[in-house]
This record gives sequence, structure tokens and C-alpha cells, in this order.
Amino acid sequence: MSSKKAALFGPYILVWLALLMLTGVTVTVAGMQLGNLSVLTAVFVATIKSTLVLHYFMHLKDESVVFKMMLGLAVFTIAAIMLLTFVDFSFR
Amino acid sequence: MSTVAGAPVEEHRDDTGARMGMWLFLFTELLLFTGLFLIYAVQRYRFSSDFAYAAATLDTGIGTLNTAILLTSSLTMVLAVVALQQGKRKLSVTLMAITLGAGLAFMINKYFEWSHKFELGLYPGSEELVLRTPGEQTFYSLYYAMTGLHGIHVVIGMGVIGTMIYFTARRPRRVVRLRDVEETALENLGEAGRYAAEGQLEEVQITLFYVENEDVTERSVIRVENTGLYWHLVDVIWIFLFPLFYLIG
Repeated sequence: MSSKKAALFGPYILVWLALLMLTGVTVTVAGMQLGNLSVLTAVFVATIKSTLVLHYFMHLKDESVVFKMMLGLAVFTIAAIMLLTFVDFSFR
Repeated sequence: MSTVAGAPVEEHRDDTGARMGMWLFLFTELLLFTGLFLIYAVQRYRFSSDFAYAAATLDTGIGTLNTAILLTSSLTMVLAVVALQQGKRKLSVTLMAITLGAGLAFMINKYFEWSHKFELGLYPGSEELVLRTPGEQTFYSLYYAMTGLHGIHVVIGMGVIGTMIYFTARRPRRVVRLRDVEETALENLGEAGRYAAEGQLEEVQITLFYVENEDVTERSVIRVENTGLYWHLVDVIWIFLFPLFYLIG
């Protein structure tokens, strides 16, 4: 029983450790004062972390392709809103 | 069937549909925060040096601690879901209680953090903040609006998890179709049995008093799964809030 439990809980604990490590990475990189590069790193690491949460903790890996397409559409919409706003803002 | 607790009735459920509905709701939540992230992005672009200056006053230590707390609570939440899927009801309840405790710890930290800012006179519309640059004022407005809205989500999540603990910890209930129950057994159902004998009642929900720990009503699994989805989304939003507010100073 206990070994079975470990086998099933194990992957989640690994993902959790990865998330904590990535948090450590962002905090360390932010302390280096890299300017614009640190913003990019922060958003990049945050994207990796949220992908891990979505994929493993929210079990998106076990869902049908429809769920993934729905998420893709949501992310695309958000990206489009962000992009169009900045195009408008930059050339005003 | 011959006993009252006879064959459980096949319920009309669609768990995939329930999860899909939850995801659709979560997308509306994402769009709600996207609006705020959009304002943040544009204002940060306009006032980048003011934002960096103001962000330096935020306590990175508390922010990092809260990030770790929330990530850990996400772990205990997903383990609660997995435990319940395996029929381990008590373990699931314990893990949800830990998740709830972590949410509380997060909010307590938030309380001390905000109190300290208020003591320094840094809150929207304060006399101190009016003297600062427009960029700093914008930063603090967004800081309170975004982490505040996120905090409200944490509190709502805690309420839902508390409800799920109640649903999961209580004795499971089963729907029994009364025409499958023998006439003699109907007497055990008391008043409901009388109505059934008269043909006025087709099915009844009974509480199972003698159950194995492993006996989990399937309906409560999807509820806890969806609660988990909500809690993880709150975590995902914090994953972006944390670096954008605490780590740009």
C-alpha cells in the first residue's frame, strides 16, 4: 500500500520541488540587477511554472484534446489582446 | 435487490462536462486578471523607473515565503484529489485541511504586509502617496488592486475547500430506487417507505452508516477535482503576480 502510494504521489512531489527550485531561480536572477533581461527571465520562468501547474496539478495531460484546444484559444486571445494593445500604444 | 442499501442507482452524471464547465469559468477568471495585467504592462512601460523604485519597498522575503506557501498548498490540494480518487477519504480530508491552513497562512502574511504598508502611509489616496510621482501612485494602486483581487480569490478558495472538507468527511449518501427495494425492507425506511408503498416516491437518498473508509461517493470526487482546479488557477495567477510586483525593484 505504502509503496503504491509513493509511486502515485511521487511525481507530484517532484513537480512541487521543481516549482520551488524555479522560484529560487527567479528570486536569484532578480537579485542580479540585469535590467530588462530580468523581466524577460521572470516572465519566462513564470510561464514554465504555470505550465507545470496546468499540465500536472490541473491534470491537463490526462484531459482530451478539446481541453487543450480551449486553453490554447484562451491563451491566444490573451496574447492577441496584449499584442494589439501594445501595437496601438507604441504607434500612437 | 433484496436489501435497502441494494444496488446504487446509476446517476446521470457527466464528469468530463463538469470539468469542462469549470475550465470555461477559469478562462473568464483569466480574462478578468488579463485586464489588470494589461494595465500593469502599459503603465510599467510608461513609468518603468518609478515602478522599479516603488517595487523596491515591497518585502521580497514575505513575497517569496507566500509563493512557497501557495505552491505547497497546490501540492497538498492535488494530493487530496489523488487520494480521494483512490478512495482514501480520511487522507484526502487531512490534505485539504492542510491546504486550507496554507491559505490562511498566506492571508495572515498578506495582513502583516499590508498593515506595514499602511503604517508607512502607502495606500491609495494617502497624504504620503499624493506627494509621490504619478508612476509610484500607479504602482501602488495596481499593487493593491491586483494582489487584493487575488487575495479575495484565495479567501473564496478557502471557503470552497472548507465546504469540500465537509462534503468529503461526512458519511456518504446513496440514491436508492425504491421499486428495487423489497416490501419488507421498505418498513425500515420509515415515512419515506410509506410514501413509496403508496407509489408517491420513486427514489430516496439514504446515509450509509456502516461504510468502509474506502467507500467514497463518486459525486464528491468531481467536486473536489473542480475545487482543485480553482485553487491551482489562483496559484497560477500568483506565479505571475509575484515576479511582476516583488522582483522588479
